[in-house]
Amino acid sequence: MIIIRERAIKYGNNVDTDVIIPARYLNTTEDRELASHCFEGLDKDFKEKVKERKIIVAGHNFGCGSSREHAPLSIKASGIKAVIAVSFARIFFRNAINIGLPVIASSQASSFIQDGDELEIDLSSGKIKDITKDKIFDVKPLPEFIQGIIRSGGYINFTKENIKR
Amino acid sequence: MNDKNKPQTIAQKILAYHCGKDYTSEGEIVNADVDIVLGNDITLPIAIEEFDKIGAGRVFDEEKVVVVPDHFAPNKDIKSAQQCKLLREFARKQDIKNYFEVGKMGIEHALLPELGLVLPGNLVVGADSHTCTYGALGAASTGVGSTDVAVAMATGKLWFMVPKTIKFIYSGSLKKWITGKDLILYTIGLIGVDGALYKSMEFSGPVVSKLSMDSRFTISNMAIEAGGKFGIFEVDGITEEFLKSRSDGSYKIFKSDPDVDYEKTYNIDCSDIELQVAAPHLPSNARNAKDLTGISIDQVVIGSCTNGRVEDLRIAAEILNGREVDRNLRTIIIPATQNIYLEALKKGYIEIFINSGCAVSTPTCGPCLGGHMGVLAEGERAVSTTNRNFVGRMGHPKSEVYLSGPSVAAASAVAGRIATPEEVI
Ligand code: SF4
Repeated sequence: MIIIRERAIKYGNNVDTDVIIPARYLNTTEDRELASHCFEGLDKDFKEKVKERKIIVAGHNFGCGSSREHAPLSIKASGIKAVIAVSFARIFFRNAINIGLPVIASSQASSFIQDGDELEIDLSSGKIKDITKDKIFDVKPLPEFIQGIIRSGGYINFTKENIKR
Repeated sequence: MNDKNKPQTIAQKILAYHCGKDYTSEGEIVNADVDIVLGNDITLPIAIEEFDKIGAGRVFDEEKVVVVPDHFAPNKDIKSAQQCKLLREFARKQDIKNYFEVGKMGIEHALLPELGLVLPGNLVVGADSHTCTYGALGAASTGVGSTDVAVAMATGKLWFMVPKTIKFIYSGSLKKWITGKDLILYTIGLIGVDGALYKSMEFSGPVVSKLSMDSRFTISNMAIEAGGKFGIFEVDGITEEFLKSRSDGSYKIFKSDPDVDYEKTYNIDCSDIELQVAAPHLPSNARNAKDLTGISIDQVVIGSCTNGRVEDLRIAAEILNGREVDRNLRTIIIPATQNIYLEALKKGYIEIFINSGCAVSTPTCGPCLGGHMGVLAEGERAVSTTNRNFVGRMGHPKSEVYLSGPSVAAASAVAGRIATPEEVI
């Protein structure tokens, strides 16, 4: 069972990989450095906000643009525990899961939740609770297989563990 | 209804088969066995690093991992030489059977089908977005990230979300010179660069059933340019004829059930489709070639995984035969594989190209991604049979690429500006 209890940072539609991590920082794969530039193109206060709030809630087509794995990496390395959005771009969705960043598509929850709300996500049952407003959203839980990847901290670790067994 | 009896698309069936099930539902996530894992000199160096982290030691099957140095090979500079060296050493160490050295190498998406490495019903992944090309053979194949390829090389498995399917039915008749490139540019113009986002595209209809394999490869190749995950054709007589000399026929053919619930269906009447050109900077900026004929150009490229096959070279040769390319531009022709090169040589196309003033090169991606062999300078404009015309794709950020099929490219080479074949013949 994976339960995440954190407050929300809210963004809009079409948050693209260039605003998540600009191309000029792609010459490194070092987590801390990527994190230090995360959302630089979208929200200059992100670094402050993320100290207190660790769930991103956004609109349509989150992560659109290039296939850079650096985008979900920088979000994860910033300390973000999950991203809830109306929808995700295909390669971002794959890459996020592969590196162990929970991504949840829910148009109802994404539209309802407001900046700063306290949330509780139960990845196993697929429930998102807005504690601030006392409202529960049922979303299709991520398949057990994907939850396994996230629990392991990514596809590489997950694969390592399964090979050993 | 028992799940087993529910109607399914080709995409659902191929994914179900590869995870040992009778049925998969759209949106379901499956962990499936892959038939081929592909990588090239750009994407594989990163995947090899991740592969080493897994600690599996060996690739899951040395016959099913395919390694093709094609993007910057023959090595364009020291950095690319290092990358290619990494691939070569990995292939040797892992005893990879399908490693293709310069001299045997071709552009990956032309090479794999030519060698019969991909067959109908296969599930294929490659760390290259145009891996969707093999949908022309009735396979489910798609581009993935570097971590994905690392895991697939180690385990032979990868997770997939079962996509919804959009059906495209092409009917009517084709005007002279129209090929697969015009149909797919027209289609992307119709639905936009994200019109098939995350979806499987299924190409069908009376026009498609008469289309050559080369044209079908061109169409599947560009499915990703509409955001598609797969771009699939049903196997028919033309596919089987292509495969006759390339397989022992022991492949599995999947077809969509007739009563399947498509996400959307587009009926496209081809009778009115003119030769297409996609203007900068999106493949969806499709226009009629005849409306752009005033635009002057500096370079023509005929080649790539989209249009570097025999049909494309034949059409170019037909137009260039006995004519000279305009003295103010360069024309670069790149057969996509060594076999295509040889066949073009035997048929006399290469002689025609050289006599008309074209440069002919050994297979490479080269200019398609602004790598080498024809990079554009600031302000230059090219007509190219490749698949992307994003900002700076072929060189300087202030250069421009107009995408077309082979006939418009060859005619433009003669005219020195965008032109249709009728204008120069
Ligand atoms: S020819 Fe162009 S599009 Fe095709 S694989 Fe090479 S670089 Fe990619």
